[in-house]
Amino acid sequence: MVYKWDFNFLLQLGPLLLKGLENTAKLWLVALVCGLAIGMVMGVFRTAPSRLLRAIGTLYVETIRNTPGLVQLIWIFYALPILTGMQSSAWVAASVSLSLYTGAYSAEIYRAGIASVELGQWEAARALGFGYLNQMRYVVLPQALMRMIPAFGNRAIELAKATTLASTIAFADLLYTAKMIAEDQLRPLETYTAVTLIFTAVLLPVSYAVVLLERRLGQKGSVHRD
Amino acid sequence: MRSYFLNGASVKKEAFIVTEVLRLEKLTKSYGNVPVLKGIDLTVRRGETVCLIGASGSGKSTLLRCVNFLGYPTSGQIFLEGKLIGQETSDRAGNKIMKYRESELSAVRAHVGMVFQQFNLFPHMTAEENVMIAPIKIRGLSKAEARERAAAQLGKVGILDKAKSYPGQLSGGQQQRVAIARALAMEPAIMLFDEATSALDPELVGEVLLAMRQLAQEGTTMLVVTHELGFAYNVAHRVAFLHEGTIHEEGTPEQVLANPTKPRTKDFLRGHTTFRMPEPKL
Repeated sequence: MVYKWDFNFLLQLGPLLLKGLENTAKLWLVALVCGLAIGMVMGVFRTAPSRLLRAIGTLYVETIRNTPGLVQLIWIFYALPILTGMQSSAWVAASVSLSLYTGAYSAEIYRAGIASVELGQWEAARALGFGYLNQMRYVVLPQALMRMIPAFGNRAIELAKATTLASTIAFADLLYTAKMIAEDQLRPLETYTAVTLIFTAVLLPVSYAVVLLERRLGQKGSVHRD
Repeated sequence: MRSYFLNGASVKKEAFIVTEVLRLEKLTKSYGNVPVLKGIDLTVRRGETVCLIGASGSGKSTLLRCVNFLGYPTSGQIFLEGKLIGQETSDRAGNKIMKYRESELSAVRAHVGMVFQQFNLFPHMTAEENVMIAPIKIRGLSKAEARERAAAQLGKVGILDKAKSYPGQLSGGQQQRVAIARALAMEPAIMLFDEATSALDPELVGEVLLAMRQLAQEGTTMLVVTHELGFAYNVAHRVAFLHEGTIHEEGTPEQVLANPTKPRTKDFLRGHTTFRMPEPKL
């Protein structure tokens, strides 16, 4: 028996899928921005002179990195409300959980980026009279950020894919919407194929942009001429 | 030169600081149980250039780094423009020790210019921005004021035409001159040079030494760790020879370099391959 492909129903239900894509994009953007912000704080903690701050950073990073993202999401959505007495929406739970998840991985990017800046740079700033935070702010972080950008690009792409976890708590993202459509139309093959194509179509240019950015920064950021 | 005293200095001290910029008393520094500095006494007066010479491992750089607290002295005291840095307290055994607050040390460092062997320019900033950043962020200068000051300092070391270049586009000698301008822009009480020409290709050493000599002649107070004995001979007012963590011999360049009295100093000068025939005195 040969399967007869039929995409016609998707043309009609297209707006529904697009709405799902929009939710996916929102979740991606919020989790990316919040995650990078959390990651910066925790990454700076991880390299701080204070033992307490380093311990906080390490505890956070290792806890998040050593539990599955799906378990974190489910814990925040189903378990946390028992403690707080407040049931959060799927949107909030997904945003928080993916932000924390991205925060932990980007904290490691920050840590590695900060560690890659030569000791002499810290010392030169220190010798001019800058305190620790200003050494970090004006001298170390700007250099580290340049080196981190490709890693952030990869993290962004990873996160876009990880947003599909939110479909498990009925957040109406692209995958969840597709699941609804597939069940309603009894056409999982076409529907999920469409989801695959949409993800590829969106992420391929992003991947390409990351490569271009990396190349441009590689030229501008070069320290020594010879 | 701006006074380190912004307020509260007594008249008596003011009279004192006219001549004395830096005084080290019984300074020691150990890494674990290994002593590197074993009681250094040294004074640098205003307008004076003092060169520290000695073999690798004699403690020259360690000493210099203690002066602006990139390394912390184990014991002993440092006076900058007559003012004792840190607070005197006693440890459990009753020994007198110094306690330092990081905020005080930042203020001290802002008044002590440092030039590193490896230049350590900020690669993400132009030459001009390298010179401007500390005056803006620490001294509170406006951008226009800082740019003017940067232009003056870059001009002084003969590199104003490279103001808009990034360090990566400059030769080592040019980078080091920018680094000197960066330190000068803070109008420090004293300039420290930590083997400022040791990382340079031989043909680039001259331009940096020339800039340093000009500074010395203009009356900049300088403490210079160097292997360039020709520079020490021609430019320094005093030379101190360090050996195993102590100042072994100290005096005018003629005394220490031309007529050393101690056998260790003689050995060092005899074995020193980079000792060049003295250039004509200026």
